[in-house]
Amino acid sequence: MKSLTVISENLTKKYSGKTIFAELNFNLSYGQSAVIVGRNGSGKSTLMKIVSGLISPTAGRMRFLRDDNELDREFVRTSMGFVSPYLNLYDELTALENLRFFSGLKSGKDNSDDEKLKSHLQFVGLYERRNDEVKAYSSGMKQKLKIAFSLLNEPELLLLDEPRSNLDRDGISIIEKIAEGQKEKGVLIIATNDEDDLKLCEMKINIEEHKK
Amino acid sequence: MKNFLRNVRIIFLKDVRSELRTRYVINSLLMFVLVTISIIRFAIGDEKIEDEILTGLLWISIFFSASGGLARTFVKEEEKETSSALKLSASPTEIFVGKLFFNLVLTFILNFLILILFILITEYNIKNPLLFISVLSLGNIGLVAASTIIAAIISKANSKGTLYPVLSFPVLLPLLLTVINATKLASAGINSAEIMGEIRILVSYTVVVITVSVMLFPFVWED
Amino acid sequence: MNNIFKYSVFVIISLVIITGIVLPIPNIPALGDKARVLYFHVPMSWISVVAFVMSLWYAVRYLKTKEITYDIKSFSAAQLGFLFCVLATATGSLWAKFNWGSFWNWDPRQTSIFILLLIYGAYFALRSAIDAEEQRARLSSVYAIIAGITMPFFIFIMPRLVETLHPDPIINNSGKINMDTTMLIIFLTSLLGFTLLFLWVMNLKVRLELLKYRKSLKQA
Repeated sequence: MKSLTVISENLTKKYSGKTIFAELNFNLSYGQSAVIVGRNGSGKSTLMKIVSGLISPTAGRMRFLRDDNELDREFVRTSMGFVSPYLNLYDELTALENLRFFSGLKSGKDNSDDEKLKSHLQFVGLYERRNDEVKAYSSGMKQKLKIAFSLLNEPELLLLDEPRSNLDRDGISIIEKIAEGQKEKGVLIIATNDEDDLKLCEMKINIEEHKK
Repeated sequence: MKNFLRNVRIIFLKDVRSELRTRYVINSLLMFVLVTISIIRFAIGDEKIEDEILTGLLWISIFFSASGGLARTFVKEEEKETSSALKLSASPTEIFVGKLFFNLVLTFILNFLILILFILITEYNIKNPLLFISVLSLGNIGLVAASTIIAAIISKANSKGTLYPVLSFPVLLPLLLTVINATKLASAGINSAEIMGEIRILVSYTVVVITVSVMLFPFVWED
Repeated sequence: MNNIFKYSVFVIISLVIITGIVLPIPNIPALGDKARVLYFHVPMSWISVVAFVMSLWYAVRYLKTKEITYDIKSFSAAQLGFLFCVLATATGSLWAKFNWGSFWNWDPRQTSIFILLLIYGAYFALRSAIDAEEQRARLSSVYAIIAGITMPFFIFIMPRLVETLHPDPIINNSGKINMDTTMLIIFLTSLLGFTLLFLWVMNLKVRLELLKYRKSLKQA
């Protein structure tokens, strides 16, 4: 269980012939963390989406290993958490219903563990508002809910894309707590330009250096 | 397999709950049905229309009501950018089958409503009701099968609203031709043995379209 | 090599046009001289179907390999198929006007070609509604396949609806060919000539589209 390795092998992404990044390699094993930096529009979010499997690279591939065993896409569905500005939860459902829905899909268990979900909501400070529909939330609260979503099922790989957007001081301290905790649970990757985030991770991947 | 069915059920129930809460599709569809049926009523006036023509009108209402609503399930996920979260949590096949069931329930409710209104306002005389309902149901399943994959395709394209009828019509035509003929015969009181051929076409069309859709859906769904 | 190919296509089709119009035609009841349309109409219909199948085949290849070249081939075949489909419809309805009395009578054969036109039209409409190349290639391939697998159903459906009036001189119900030898030779030559013409134009079209694609890559 304890030796997850995330490998990026020669990742290249092109959009209509335009190279976003080329030949990008990194190798992160259990307990390691990396931060992806680069200017606006340099392809940080694209790289995060490729790591998560949401989009496929033009060339190269992502590999996930556990004890030298290759993991398939099922791993992404059950053991990866992702916070991204391009990923929204359902507006018309309440916070609790959203988490119940996604944890139901991810966990493979018949009854969702409501106590667990409530503790996640408590952790991000949305417990009081758990039965409100998400459309009534402020953008900071939505971001907190996305963080709770990413923590479902105790992810071994946690991807945070611009995690601080719209967050208040409580929210930022939550991010820091999660980042510290993740290093004991698996692998952490943050895409950001925020100086404070840089300090959270040991490795730095500058996307500008992979423009060919 | 057990997990598969469980996830299909979770996705289906989520869509039902969302729909009941927002009435995104239902409200506009109900209005659409009412408007269509009223237009037909006003056009007919007091004339006595032959059952054959009424069958055609019935399917026109069904096709266009379906084109208003069935595309929504996927379009909504794209527009609200919720598809990524869904993609990260369930396999494409689970998502497709869940949406298929949702569309199926939606269409069944809608079409039986259309049928009831139709019988009330016109003097539509169905001589073999049991066969008629069976054929109508088979037609519905086929309609939903083809519509769901096309809805998935257009959810990724630009002009979503106008594209649906354009893309779905040629694909649905074999089904529509067969089912219109079969319902016409059923309403004329024929017995089931005589339209076995039509029923066979309806069933095989549905099976083929669903199989190919499930195989191709991952290509539509990935980015 | 290419030139020889090009000139032989020219020679074959010229021969077909001349002999098709000049040589006497046996007296077929109710058709007479109007039967000459088959030298042109049948090859067009044949090619529009061949092009559709080719387009489908390349669509499948694209989904398997994600090579953009296959999508370019699939699209090129569809465009040419559409052109030949329009030609087949036009020659067909001209003939129908003089034989059946009106340009369009929803004969099953006319309905089938109408559906083929609709599918081609929908395919182009879909392509123009997607900006990103890879996505356009993927989605239009999927649509072509979905449309392609529903086509064979018409073979079973059409005969149930209406009896066709369309003459079937090539292979009729009894399975024998009832064209005389001269006609058959001209017809087969025409089929060959137009198929070669299609392959030649297809080759040009694919090369042109590839150049356009590479140019767009350089500009990006």
